[in-house]
Amino acid sequence: MRKGTVGANALRKEGPDKLTGAARYIDDYDIPGALFGVTVRSPGPRGRIKDVRFDLAFPWDQCVIATAKDIPGKNAVHLLGDDQPLLADGVVNHALEPILLIAHADRATAWRALEHVHVDLEPLEPVLTMEDSLSQKQVVWGLDNVFKDITIVKGDAQAALAEAPVVVEGEYRVPHQEQAYIENQGMAAWFEDGTLVVMGSLQCPYYVHKALQPLFALPPEKVRVIHAVTGGGFGGKEEYPNMIGGHAALLALKAKKPVKMVYDRTEDMLATTKRHPAVVRHRTGLTKDGKLLAQEVDIVMDGGAYMTLSPVVLSRGILHASGPYECPNVSFRARAVATNTPPNGAFRGFGAPQTLFAVELHWEKIAAVLKKDSIALRRLNALRPGSTMATGQVLKDSVSAVQVLDTVVKKSAWAKTRQAHARWNKDPKKPTWRGLGLSLVHHGGGFTGNGEVYLKSRAGVSIDRKGSVKVLAGSTEMGQGASSTLAQIVADALGLPYDSVSVERPDTANVPDSGPTVASRTTMVVGGLLKRAAEDLKLALAKHGGSAKRLCGDALERRFLAEYERAPGMSFDDKTYKGDAYATYGYGALAVELEVDKATWETRLLRVVTAQDVGKAVNPRVVEGQIVGGTVQGLGWALLEQCVYKAGVMQNPRLTDYVIPTALDVPDVEALIVENPFPGGPFGAKGVGEMPMDLPGPAVAAAVLAATGLFLPFLPLTPERIQAAADAAQAEKELVS
Amino acid sequence: MKLTVNGKKRSYAGLPFKRLLDVLREDFGLTGTKEGCGEGECGACTVLVDGEPVNSCLVPVGQMEGAQVETVESLASAKKLSRLQSAFLEKGGAQCGICTPGMLMAAEAHRRAGGKKTRQAVCTAVSGNLCRCTGYKHIVDSVMAALKGRK
Ligand code: FES
Ligand code: FES
Repeated sequence: MRKGTVGANALRKEGPDKLTGAARYIDDYDIPGALFGVTVRSPGPRGRIKDVRFDLAFPWDQCVIATAKDIPGKNAVHLLGDDQPLLADGVVNHALEPILLIAHADRATAWRALEHVHVDLEPLEPVLTMEDSLSQKQVVWGLDNVFKDITIVKGDAQAALAEAPVVVEGEYRVPHQEQAYIENQGMAAWFEDGTLVVMGSLQCPYYVHKALQPLFALPPEKVRVIHAVTGGGFGGKEEYPNMIGGHAALLALKAKKPVKMVYDRTEDMLATTKRHPAVVRHRTGLTKDGKLLAQEVDIVMDGGAYMTLSPVVLSRGILHASGPYECPNVSFRARAVATNTPPNGAFRGFGAPQTLFAVELHWEKIAAVLKKDSIALRRLNALRPGSTMATGQVLKDSVSAVQVLDTVVKKSAWAKTRQAHARWNKDPKKPTWRGLGLSLVHHGGGFTGNGEVYLKSRAGVSIDRKGSVKVLAGSTEMGQGASSTLAQIVADALGLPYDSVSVERPDTANVPDSGPTVASRTTMVVGGLLKRAAEDLKLALAKHGGSAKRLCGDALERRFLAEYERAPGMSFDDKTYKGDAYATYGYGALAVELEVDKATWETRLLRVVTAQDVGKAVNPRVVEGQIVGGTVQGLGWALLEQCVYKAGVMQNPRLTDYVIPTALDVPDVEALIVENPFPGGPFGAKGVGEMPMDLPGPAVAAAVLAATGLFLPFLPLTPERIQAAADAAQAEKELVS
Repeated sequence: MKLTVNGKKRSYAGLPFKRLLDVLREDFGLTGTKEGCGEGECGACTVLVDGEPVNSCLVPVGQMEGAQVETVESLASAKKLSRLQSAFLEKGGAQCGICTPGMLMAAEAHRRAGGKKTRQAVCTAVSGNLCRCTGYKHIVDSVMAALKGRK
């Protein structure tokens, strides 16, 4: 039998273009006659717009200016709610909120125009913290500042906690994180025979397609969205392209010319979405042996000024709050609240890294109370086939929590390394303390609950008379390797070589809506649809004696599409949060070995080992790339990355001051791919994109604890913050003695 | 003013303080060189000037009189990827690709300078280039593979 391409390191379809400089990102398009657009933004966090003043000494006659009044349809960026205006009209709810747009033929002049516009606000009292939002110091959104309030109940956690021999409490805080894709946000728009065309850097063409229709009062067929090569997304280009796409389109409408908008780094960092900060509180009841009896978890996430995707981020957060453990009594509550800060949104992991940080680090606290090894406690409680989750979901296939945990314990030489550290740390001559920390997570693949059912994704394949096969999907390549992965699945389903399958450019005029490129769903869900479509094509081809020409008949090409169908036996209730929250879960474990300098409190990573179950690695190199890249992004969140806010404005919106890892900051991440096939995924594949982000935070905090004895329930663990905690601990000790 | 770009003589008559990055992209149509930050932090705009890696977002073109500038477009010859580019393709050194032109030029400078074939040396050579996708391992693998193939 011919060796298939699934499981092989097929080369990226778009690779050569990216290596020669031929790949065109949005700013690489020279659009004839295009103007360049810029955004005037709110100077304060909350207020009424009193006046917008234009300096006389500027050639405004050369500019096109658009305001909320120019929007032909509804002034709302359509997403889950319609609460966010495309341009502020009368009031602003966060600093940097877009107020008006300016376009000029010359880019530098357009940027300069911003210095000559002044917005006068009549300030209103803002809410800037989650605490002030919850206590309703001011009501700034809806009736109570709450975007979404979710509870999950199983058994009777209160009663179980009252009787539990051991109860351990903890509070955990995680901060914003900037996606820091290296390509800033950018979109271009123009009108072509009454059709609005938008092209740019984006993850989800059909989200933009849907958002533009009500803004411009256009029917679906009059809006076309085209994907440009996208320089990283990580969730940051999931919803924000709706905004910048709408802006470019509005200017294009007013100017009757194409308009391009590309942010610079500072604007991108100041104004676009970030990871939701969160506070997570745990009360955990256990037996003396460490078996879980009850988990009570309270989660609060800061959504920023508008709803954006907060309800679904929160949903994924609460559904991962238990960690990969079985517990008979559960009481979870999660709220996403409004503050007058730029809206937070999607970022790799989507709420799960926040809640998994809490539950994983909490094991270290429990282990200290019980005087037991946290790894043994995890193993004792870990999910296994047949386990029942907080939602009542019973796990069947592909449950690998124990397997990934054991793999990492072995590969990191856990016990031996810890012994070596104990010796090292006893030696006063050593300049550092060393520590080893671990985390274990699960991560749901695909949309939460009924999300996939509502999405009704469609994807397919086409064949032309010459027999060339193309993948047709709205799923976008943003670096994660979607193109090669999807082509591999189709090639194998057809029994064709990889090179004979190409991938059509995502363009709403030409490809079906395969749903957004998010939620670790592309390989598992879209790949599954493509496999079915390819199988249909294969059958049809066989019926025509294998002749593409005969199959096509008079047509230039034939298309075969498949639509999402819920797996039999799966159900979820959105109201009670009962049922199968995800079709399946990935499982991952990670160990971090690091040292902390005794004089400077600087940390240095010595070794990072991780094992992650992805069902089946369609392309092992791509999968490894996702694991290593996501791990390093997580290490950045854990150790370096800090958004500093003052009056609702990020104070360090530059890569010079917001530090992400360089090649010298991280060791080679050792990634072990575990393959425990999921029968519902194509060739057994589950998702992989997000899980790597869940693991580093708690493992780093556990390693710092092992090294220094400091339990630090927050991120990032910068030298200054470790030192402050050490000083505080020292002061407390002196007070006691 | 006159300068050589990718072996071709070019003349430029615009403002002397225009950034080399913008002149390459806008005046010469060489959009392979990218902008990530505009302030010398990310390295996406790295080109070689007289063989040395330089952040083209920090250099006013006026300083380039008589200089030899090389961009990512110069690496491949007649549709054939260079050894370094092929290694990036095979080892997964490029994901979203936006950092790739700068990475390639930084690595190319290291290679030409006869830089050390150790992972540490390669990490140092690309430490001025940020990548948010790869976690660097596959980039270092790629450069190492290209260096190993070196005579
Ligand atoms: S764009 Fe030049 S260093 Fe970032
Ligand atoms: S490959 Fe995306 S930033 Fe490096």
